[in-house]
Amino acid sequence: MSKFLEVNDLRVHFATDDGLVRAVDGLTFALERGRTLGIVGESGSGKSVTSLGILGLHRGQSVRISGEVWLDGEELISAPRDAVRKLRGRKMAMIFQDPLAAMHPFYTVGQQIVEAYRVHNKVSKQEARRHAIDMLGRVGIPQPHRRVDDYPHQFSGGMRQRAMIAMSLVNNPELLIADEPTTALDVTVQAQILDLIRDLQAEFGSAVIIITHDLGVVAELADDLLVMYGGKSVEYGTAEQVFRRPEHPYTWGLLGSMPRLDRDVRERLISIKGSPPSLINLPSGCAFHPRCPYAERDGIPCRTVVPELLGDAHQVACHLPSPVRPGIFAADIAPHL
Amino acid sequence: MTAIPHQPAGPSSPDGGNLLEVTGLQKHFPITRGIVFKRKIGAVRAVDGIDLRIRPGETLGLVGESGCGKTTTGRLVTRLLEPTGGKIVFNGRDISHLSTGAMRPLRRQVQMIFQDPYSSLNPRHTVGAIVGSPFRVQDLPTPQGRKRAVQDLLELVGLNPEHYNRYPHEFSGGQRQRIGIARALALRPKLIVADEPVSALDVSIQAQVVNLLDDLQSELGLTYLVIAHDLSVVRHISDRVAVMYLGKVVEVAPRDDLYLRPMHPYTLALLSAVPVPDPARRDKAQRERILLAGDVPSPIDPPSGCRFRTRCWKAQDICATTEPPLVPLAGGAADHTVACHFPVEESERTGRGAQAAREAAAAVAED
Repeated sequence: MSKFLEVNDLRVHFATDDGLVRAVDGLTFALERGRTLGIVGESGSGKSVTSLGILGLHRGQSVRISGEVWLDGEELISAPRDAVRKLRGRKMAMIFQDPLAAMHPFYTVGQQIVEAYRVHNKVSKQEARRHAIDMLGRVGIPQPHRRVDDYPHQFSGGMRQRAMIAMSLVNNPELLIADEPTTALDVTVQAQILDLIRDLQAEFGSAVIIITHDLGVVAELADDLLVMYGGKSVEYGTAEQVFRRPEHPYTWGLLGSMPRLDRDVRERLISIKGSPPSLINLPSGCAFHPRCPYAERDGIPCRTVVPELLGDAHQVACHLPSPVRPGIFAADIAPHL
Repeated sequence: MTAIPHQPAGPSSPDGGNLLEVTGLQKHFPITRGIVFKRKIGAVRAVDGIDLRIRPGETLGLVGESGCGKTTTGRLVTRLLEPTGGKIVFNGRDISHLSTGAMRPLRRQVQMIFQDPYSSLNPRHTVGAIVGSPFRVQDLPTPQGRKRAVQDLLELVGLNPEHYNRYPHEFSGGQRQRIGIARALALRPKLIVADEPVSALDVSIQAQVVNLLDDLQSELGLTYLVIAHDLSVVRHISDRVAVMYLGKVVEVAPRDDLYLRPMHPYTLALLSAVPVPDPARRDKAQRERILLAGDVPSPIDPPSGCRFRTRCWKAQDICATTEPPLVPLAGGAADHTVACHFPVEESERTGRGAQAAREAAAAVAED
C-alpha cells in the first residue's frame, strides 16, 4: 500500500421497498497527504454517500457495503466497528454542510470541542478547554476565551462553520472530508472559509476531500477532481486536466451550464437536457445517455453497454473514441465558455 | 436579452417612462416585549430608505448577502408587505398603501416567482389547477376554455401539455420551477419579481431555467426584478444591477460597468470573493481577493453614517458621521450611481493595488 488513502471498487447499496438503490457503484480513487481531491456531482449522484462510506457512518440492515478503503495501511470496510470508531475524529474527520444541525444545541461550543478532544486524549478538562480555546482562535473566532462558553445559536452562520471546523480539527486528523462546507454560506464568508481550509491544510499537511456541486469551489481548492454521475465516476484526473481538457460529455455540460464571471454574457448557457436520473431506475448502458447529445453517435453502444473508466492519469468513462473527444470539446463547447 | 437601450436616467429625472419607481422605501419590523401590553422596544430596519427604478423591458438584478433586505424589497414591491415609509409607483400609479382589495386588479400586472419549487406549489392540487388558479381568482375569461389556456402556458414554459392532470410530486425540481413560472405568466403580467429563481436547482437545471427566463422575456416583452445572491447568475440575466448592504442600496450600474468597474468597496470585495472556476488562475485570484473581516452588523442597530464603514478598509472619520448619498460620480457615467465617500480607484482593482487593498481589509479585522 503506497498511497495514504486508497478506495477500491467501493459499493454502497441500499435495499428499499422500491428496489435496490445503487448509491455508489464501483468507485476507485487514491489520495496522498497534503493533497485535495474534489468530488463533484449533482444531487443524487452519490457523493455524500461516498464520504459516509469512507468514515464508516452507514448503519442499519438495509445498507450493503463492499470494496476496500485503505487508510494509511488499514482496511476499514472489513474492520470491526470499534476500530473504525477509534480512527474517526483522530485520524479522519468530517465537516458538514449545516453546522446548526451538526452541533448539539444544548451544549456550549466549548463543551462539544472538549468532548471531541477528550475522547481521544487522556487529559484533564482544564487542559482540554485550553486546547479548545486555542483551536477556536486558530480558526479565526475573535475573543475565543469568551466565545467558548457560547451556545451554537449565539454564533452567526460563518462563525458556526468555523466552530465546527475547529471541532473537526481538534485532534489533527490526517484525512479531512468536507461535505458542501460552504453551500449554506454567503459568498464573502465562503471565501473566508475556503481560505481557512487552505491554510489549515498547509499547516497540518492533511489530505482533504471536498464534496460539492459548485465547480467554482473545487477549482479553488482541489488538486484532483472526480466527477460523479449516477453513483459512478465518469471522469477522474487532475483539476487542470478536468477543467482545461475535459473529455466526458457530462463534464462538458456542467462547465457549459455554469454562468461565470469570466464568461461572455452574450452566449447562451449550454444546458443539459432532462434531469439527473433516479438511482432506483438507472438508464441502461451509460447512465448519462438519455441526456447526452453524442449518444449512439456512429453506432457506439451507449444504450446497452456500460462504459468502463479508462485511461492512466486522466480517466474517462465514455464510449466516444478518445481521439475524437478533444475535437468535439474544442469545436462545440470551448468557444462558448 | 432585450434590445432596449439604456437611457441615462439620473436620479433627477422624475419619470422617464419607468415601469416601477421606488423612492425612499423603508420597512421596519417592530420588536416588541410584553404579552398583554406590547411595547415596541426597537425595530429591525430590514429596508431603510432605498431608491430603485426599472424601465419597461429591462431586467434589474438585486444582489446582496443574506439579511441585506433584498427579499423584503421584493415583497414590498409586490405589496405582500406594507411599507413603513417611502413611495412605490407602478406604471404611473402610487401603490404604496393600497388595500388588498384595491391591489387585486394590479396583481395581474405584477407576479412573483419563488425560490423553492417544493413549498410554493400546493401538493394537493393538479398542475392544471395550480396554473389555472390566477384565471379563477381574477375571474378572467379564457376564450378557448381554461384548460386550453393552461395547456398553452405549459407548452410555453417547455412542459408537456398532457401533464395537465398530474400532481407536483410527479415532477422534478426544474420542472416544478417551470410550473411556477407558467403560473406567474398566466395573467400576462408586465413585471415579474423573481426571488432566487434558480438557487434551489442543480447546475444543469439552473441553466435550463435561466435560458427559459431569457426566451420568455424576448418573446413576451417582460420586465424582471431578479433577486439573487449568486453574482454570476445575476450577471448573466441582468441589464442593470443594484447591490444592497444592510438595508441600503450601495451601488447601481449597467451590468458591464458594475462588473468591470465596481466603485463601492463592498461591491469590489463581493466580486473578488466569487470563486474562479479555472485552476490555472486561482493563485492570482486568491492573491487579489479581498477578504472582509467579521460579519454583517445587526440591522437592529446599524452603524452610523455609512453602514459598511465597520468592515471597510478605506473608512475615515467622515464615514461615521455622514451618510453618503447614492449619486453618480464626477466624470463617471450618469447611470452608474454609488453611495461612498471614497470610491474604489482604478489601481485598486487588479495587481498590486488589489493586494494592498487585501492587506488593508485584513488589517481592519485586527483593529
